[in-house]
Amino acid sequence: MNSTYRAVRISENVYWVGAIDWNIRDFHGYTTRRGSTYNAYLVIADKVTLIDTVKAPFKEELLARIASVIDPRDVQYIVSNHSEMDHSGCLHDVIDATGPERVYASVMGEKTLKELFGERHNILALKDGDTIDLGNMALRIVETRMLHWPDSMFSYLESDGVLFSQDAFGMHLATSERFDDEIDPAVLEYEAATYYANILLPYSSLVLKLLERVGKLGYQFNIVAPDHGPVWRKDIQKIFDFYERWAVQKPTGKALVLYATMWHSTELMARAITEGLASEHISVRHLSTDANHRSDAAYEVLDAGALIVGSPTLNNNMFPAVADVLNYLKGLRPLNLIGASFGSSGWSGESVKQIETILRDMKVEIVGESLNAKHRPDEEMLSRCFDLGAEIGKRLKGKVRSGS
Amino acid sequence: MQKYVCSVCGYVYDPAEGDPEANIPPGTPFEKLPDDWTCPVCGASKDEFEPE
Repeated sequence: MNSTYRAVRISENVYWVGAIDWNIRDFHGYTTRRGSTYNAYLVIADKVTLIDTVKAPFKEELLARIASVIDPRDVQYIVSNHSEMDHSGCLHDVIDATGPERVYASVMGEKTLKELFGERHNILALKDGDTIDLGNMALRIVETRMLHWPDSMFSYLESDGVLFSQDAFGMHLATSERFDDEIDPAVLEYEAATYYANILLPYSSLVLKLLERVGKLGYQFNIVAPDHGPVWRKDIQKIFDFYERWAVQKPTGKALVLYATMWHSTELMARAITEGLASEHISVRHLSTDANHRSDAAYEVLDAGALIVGSPTLNNNMFPAVADVLNYLKGLRPLNLIGASFGSSGWSGESVKQIETILRDMKVEIVGESLNAKHRPDEEMLSRCFDLGAEIGKRLKGKVRSGS
Repeated sequence: MQKYVCSVCGYVYDPAEGDPEANIPPGTPFEKLPDDWTCPVCGASKDEFEPE
């Protein structure tokens, strides 16, 4: 019987041969509510070439999709654009199953694959600007170090105008559709932004340099084929434009109020701050850490101009859930934020200063004075919270107007 | 001597250690590194480094 797994043709000479992970909901701390895909691509050239592989448990799905087009033993080259295990976990097994003449990766990729899996196979290292001759066509290499691992690279199939962009321009989205124009654009934008915020945000300065560099290469992009989610064939310029906007992180009139609460005192303060921000016509995302996941906070901070964080003090510390989200956001290194800290406590009240210290580490420009309420915020404290929100709102509007 | 940290990957250049892989001997201050020296971990250029 033929396998139920089939390849999908994405251009004249290229097939998608990846795997769909319908059930994954956690990607090392990033919640993936719509699952994901691990994309691999097969280039039917004189030298049949496989671009990337899939997460280890999906190896049979990959091999079956390849077999729906050609005998897997006909794969002559394998190119590993990205060594992370969701793309390389079954690489050596796939090498064993296909027996390619050559396996390629970037210089850092060769090193990373050796460190991860040992020296089971000889992998040839490629440098930026190198070309792999596939006989009747050519694959050009663009190194993209630290986007988002040291080994990352793009490869570009000149004949079909296909950019294989590994984790860039991707998203965690499991669908039966393979192309951007078959999926609701609002879903694409949301999932691409969530992916950028949770994975690529720390490398935004490199994203800007890369976009400039790729623009200068003068390549024609008919297809952008990432390692996760749909293949872009219609709105290619749109995803490039989104990346530029997300990487620049120009302040917008949007604030994120993030907090935990114990006996609703910190919540009352958060509500008053939110009302103060709204009184200045700031668009507020009000997220309690009880009801929201850290990856939602990352999504919201992507285009926020202000980050205001609150927590009660528990055993002389901020709440565990606030520490979790703040630690996560700090690692994502969002830029150009203003903000403040607040909280409530029964006695010592360390959380507010702890939060302020982390915000300063994140280079958040602190506005006003941190506010701590003893037990319950009284009318005067709530009014100070409202005023703090309004003050942050005014400052934010000034920043948006000046564009910096 | 002042250490410098790579703002991209977090690698710290310690002048006391130099960068043996790139033949930079111990005792070389960050300012004396060649202009084309790059981060040994991620390949970032010198201007991506900040004093620690």
